[in-house]
Amino acid sequence: MTPTLTLQCLTKTYGAQRALSDVSLTVAPGERVALLGHNGAGKSTMMKIILGLVPFDSGELQVTGAAPGAPEARRHVAYLPENAAFHPALTGLEQIRYYLSLRGESPSLAMELLNRVGLGHAATRRIGTYSKGMRQRVGLAQTLIGKPRLLVLDEPTSGLDPVSRRDFYELLDGLAADGASILLSSHALTEVEARTDRILILSGGHLVAEGRLADLRRRASLPISFHVTPRQGSLPEVHLALPEAAVSGDSLTLTCLQDQKLGLLARISQLGSKVADIDIQPPSLEDIYSHFSKRDGQ
Amino acid sequence: MNRITATSRTEFRIALRNRWVAISIAMMALFSLVLSAAGSSATGTIGADRLSVVVASLTSLAVYLVPLVALLMSFDAIAGEVERGTLPLLLTYPVSRIEVLLGKLFAHLAILALALATGYGIAAAAALSVDPEAIAGLPALWRLMWSSVLLGATFLGVGYAISALARRSSGAAGLAIGIWLGLIVLYDLGLLAAIVADNGGVFTTRFFPLALLANPADAFRLFNLAASQATSAAAGVSGAATSVPIWASLTSILVWPVAALAFATAAFRKVIP
Repeated sequence: MTPTLTLQCLTKTYGAQRALSDVSLTVAPGERVALLGHNGAGKSTMMKIILGLVPFDSGELQVTGAAPGAPEARRHVAYLPENAAFHPALTGLEQIRYYLSLRGESPSLAMELLNRVGLGHAATRRIGTYSKGMRQRVGLAQTLIGKPRLLVLDEPTSGLDPVSRRDFYELLDGLAADGASILLSSHALTEVEARTDRILILSGGHLVAEGRLADLRRRASLPISFHVTPRQGSLPEVHLALPEAAVSGDSLTLTCLQDQKLGLLARISQLGSKVADIDIQPPSLEDIYSHFSKRDGQ
Repeated sequence: MNRITATSRTEFRIALRNRWVAISIAMMALFSLVLSAAGSSATGTIGADRLSVVVASLTSLAVYLVPLVALLMSFDAIAGEVERGTLPLLLTYPVSRIEVLLGKLFAHLAILALALATGYGIAAAAALSVDPEAIAGLPALWRLMWSSVLLGATFLGVGYAISALARRSSGAAGLAIGIWLGLIVLYDLGLLAAIVADNGGVFTTRFFPLALLANPADAFRLFNLAASQATSAAAGVSGAATSVPIWASLTSILVWPVAALAFATAAFRKVIP
């Protein structure tokens, strides 16, 4: 399958500052990719380059088989800017009707799109009266126009409440199932963890990590923490069997690396009925994220 | 074409909501009424019909007002989109920058034409009501109408260009006022001063007509006054109207809108959202 998006050794500098250094990646049809990074890591710059809004210095870039910003690419790419803004004097309905016309679609589809993002009730109100979350929904509605092959979403869930976030990711799942590629940036790591296929970590303009969450977890080889709760009165015995553990209250905490996990688990299970409960916590996406972005000297 | 009309419709709606349509129509109507009232004193000595005289006064009014209204409508066109943050999204749509500009231009021209038709219509009605002979001035009024729209198109284009160059609304507003002062007021004053200093030399005979043609507002004035029978009713630079052939001023007012739009497109292309 030909990839929807291909970046090869993409480099962009602003004066003396390198915004992107040798970034390479491909996104396949139907793939949902999350782009993570600190503020100023180059996420928005990368998105704007992919959209053809900002020129790049060197490297190669193909968007749906065309040059970024070419009419062919623009026909197939939908964008949601960070803090989506619209003219305050227009209503949500008028704004979406305009965007439909620009994409050569029938303006009569506008109401249906607004209903899909839960904005049908406010369709005829001016956008100037909307809350941030409602403006974000107008932004989402316009990304659903036509059948985009690539969606570039810059912090799409900022300003949305938890229920709307869930609805939003369900919309994305539907689009991805239809073969659309999705590239989104986010600060909400937990939702990215559950809802995307692949994670990219950008730090100081470098792509410092790329892969599925499980792969990144293995590569980071961060310690896994065990939380062991002994049965009433068995704490001294259990601590004797697990001397490396730290006592906190009436339970024990210990950590180990990925490849020691099963061994440690076997030792704990040998204690049998002396152990009342056990909790295993793999490193969180937050941990993995700071591991990779710190490694780059951030 | 669909994308241009969609953009025009949206821009017209925005101008309607922002009261721009009402403001420009009210402004033109008010000034025309004042001119008609002022011009209702005896004109028998000139020997022209009432409407031709009114057209001559309207020409002098339009030279100031049309560029001003056009610049006021256009200075925010691109800088405003940049500041609101609406430009990046718009430019990811399959619409070219010239289509965006043409869409805005047609909407703003429609508003201007509406305002001009109202203002000129009132003036014509006032003239016709007191002087049946005024019907002879209708061709001059029609010429004034379409040339005013062309003058408006020129200054809309200039407005878009400075809007794209300034990238901030406040900066664009300042530039717009500066351009208006420079091209409409100071340019003529400068030329007059040069003529006085030159005292009938090479400048007055060779360069002065060219300098008038180079300024869209002066070319507009020349065209309307040269074509009108009431040249003598107007004052100032218009005395030169007789020395410049009408095809020259016509060419100038036809070329300027295209040049201004080309300039605006070039400036807009340089904007990185």
